[in-house]
Amino acid sequence: MTRIAKLFEKLREQKRTGMIAYLTAGDPSPDATPALVAALERGGADLIELGVPFSDPIADGPVIQQAGDRAIKAGTNLARVLHIAAEIRKTSEVPLLLFTYLNPALRFGFERLAREAKAAGIDGCLLTDVSVEEAGDYVKVMREAGLDTVFLAAPTSTEERLKLVAQYSSGFIYLVSRTGITGEQESISGTAMPLVQRMRAHTSLPLAMGFGISTPAHVASLEGKVEAVVVGSAIVRQIEADSSRLEEFMRDLSRPLLSPDGASRSAVPGTIS
Amino acid sequence: MTSIQPDAGGHFGPYGGRFVPEVLMSPLDELQQTYATAKDDPAFQAELDHLLKTYAGRPTPLYFAKRLSGQLGGAKIYIKREDLLHTGAHKINNCLGQALLARRMGKKRIIAETGAGQHGVASATVCALFGLDCTVYMGEEDMRRQRLNVFRMRLLGATVVPVTNGSRTLKDAISEAMRDWVTNVATTHYLLGSALGAHPYPAMVRDFHRVIGLEARAQILETEGRLPDVVIACVGGGSNAIGIFHPFIEDKEVKLIGVEAGGRGPALGSHASRFAGGSPGVLQGTHSYLLQDNDGQIALTHSVSAGLDYASVGPEHAWLHDQGRAEYCSCDDEHAIAGALTLSRTEGIIPALESAHAVAEAIRLAPSHPGKVFIVNLSGRGDKDIDIYRENLKQMDQA
Repeated sequence: MTRIAKLFEKLREQKRTGMIAYLTAGDPSPDATPALVAALERGGADLIELGVPFSDPIADGPVIQQAGDRAIKAGTNLARVLHIAAEIRKTSEVPLLLFTYLNPALRFGFERLAREAKAAGIDGCLLTDVSVEEAGDYVKVMREAGLDTVFLAAPTSTEERLKLVAQYSSGFIYLVSRTGITGEQESISGTAMPLVQRMRAHTSLPLAMGFGISTPAHVASLEGKVEAVVVGSAIVRQIEADSSRLEEFMRDLSRPLLSPDGASRSAVPGTIS
Repeated sequence: MTSIQPDAGGHFGPYGGRFVPEVLMSPLDELQQTYATAKDDPAFQAELDHLLKTYAGRPTPLYFAKRLSGQLGGAKIYIKREDLLHTGAHKINNCLGQALLARRMGKKRIIAETGAGQHGVASATVCALFGLDCTVYMGEEDMRRQRLNVFRMRLLGATVVPVTNGSRTLKDAISEAMRDWVTNVATTHYLLGSALGAHPYPAMVRDFHRVIGLEARAQILETEGRLPDVVIACVGGGSNAIGIFHPFIEDKEVKLIGVEAGGRGPALGSHASRFAGGSPGVLQGTHSYLLQDNDGQIALTHSVSAGLDYASVGPEHAWLHDQGRAEYCSCDDEHAIAGALTLSRTEGIIPALESAHAVAEAIRLAPSHPGKVFIVNLSGRGDKDIDIYRENLKQMDQA
């Protein structure tokens, strides 16, 4: 069982919605990332998405694009991110998901990536521009190495596509709350909840909801409706503005998921097996 | 050739495919289905043909460049005059086709990217013609060097959005257009302007430009009574090149030559020669040759012509390259400008800087090919490049 599967089992036992935190590895510098991850973990993050910077991130808004540019300028590449992961693993068992685009992974080589990521303590991988149709080799190589493969499901996905996403995913499924790029929003899109219902018809995997979630109120509105929420751009912006307050910022975002005694406020519906 | 059509997933051999965020998968399916239905609908073809004839100005002439050929003393050079089309370049062929598809899909808003501005102008033009809302993304650097086209787009009622990311050129404009599409996908059609991107774009854009090659093939058979020995076209994304190459692919005796931008020289970052300087990878929805570094980050590119200044190339070109069916070479900035001057002064035709790369290659090859017949695809006219030509006039006169 991967750390990701164990996490969702624990969340289910605790009847708690999980908090997934994204940050761009290497922003502002590769050396800074392990301490930032530790701060996120202390602030309540249950799983960390380690973004590997790519020069042309078509699914990302300006906040994550600029973080990627800074990380690349600071010398961050995929090999360096795996090194960062190994560094984090020395002191933490927090599940780590690599989050990037296909080309850096393709260049690195899937087999080398699977082997070295596993050795570094990475638990899974999400490539935003890999559709299930193009994912055959990648999924095979990752799974053989014992890594989870997380895919995106979107409000525009047809039932047939949701079925395929369920088939190809392991660990959890990442639901995109709305059509659009990553970035902060005023409120959670009206397309979010129908997608949760549609996805549950095709899978018993845990569901995480992301894109546009940036305030404690957004987090609270999803509490109990999905197994985890993902916060990305808001964290990246906080790191850029004042990384010394990151733990506090993360704690404020996670608070709606915890009761004062640290237990959950309500049960998570759905069928997690 | 094992196959000249992509497979059901849009693959040309190992190239092509569909590499986009999940949000765009269903819209791409919708576009693919709409196009497949339209392609087999005689009414669609009839309307497109009518527009191409009465609005765009097809067929374009195949012109024998007698003085140029005589001066070079070798091959007979014919010029396919796509520069004479409405809006001044081949781009209108594809824009009319996709505008008809947008109407079929009930999409009222069009977005497009543009490098040299020719696709942006053609998009703005068809949007005016069909009463569609038009937003064009253009790199800030390209807006500076192709000012005339920026003004033309605005005159036609389009909104031109400057893109300030990365190298502020075509690649960054495509990324920004994709971000817009991901966000506004329900109401918006992305009118991609080259034989690039995710399936079905590379095959669909090619099909809309095949008319160039179909006409040229019939015209040369009528004029010369035989097929050409060589067909030459410039290759940025590769839409004009695939359009003229495709009907000749089965004619094994016809040599197909694609000319990439050699820029300032062979160092990574100084050119856009994807075949000589690149390797396979995935960018902006498709698998093809890419200029990239060892980490898979996309390299910066340079060309004096904004339309060739791009880090990747259409996937069908990658396949034709690997099959050995087409050859790809490059022409640097200086020779392209010199080629433009030669064509201007021998034939009274001022080519676009992009097309000047193909002209320059023909000029280079012609003296060593006596008795051979060349067709050069003159994909666009040079009005938009007057500022750059003016800056270079002194150097051009020395050339």
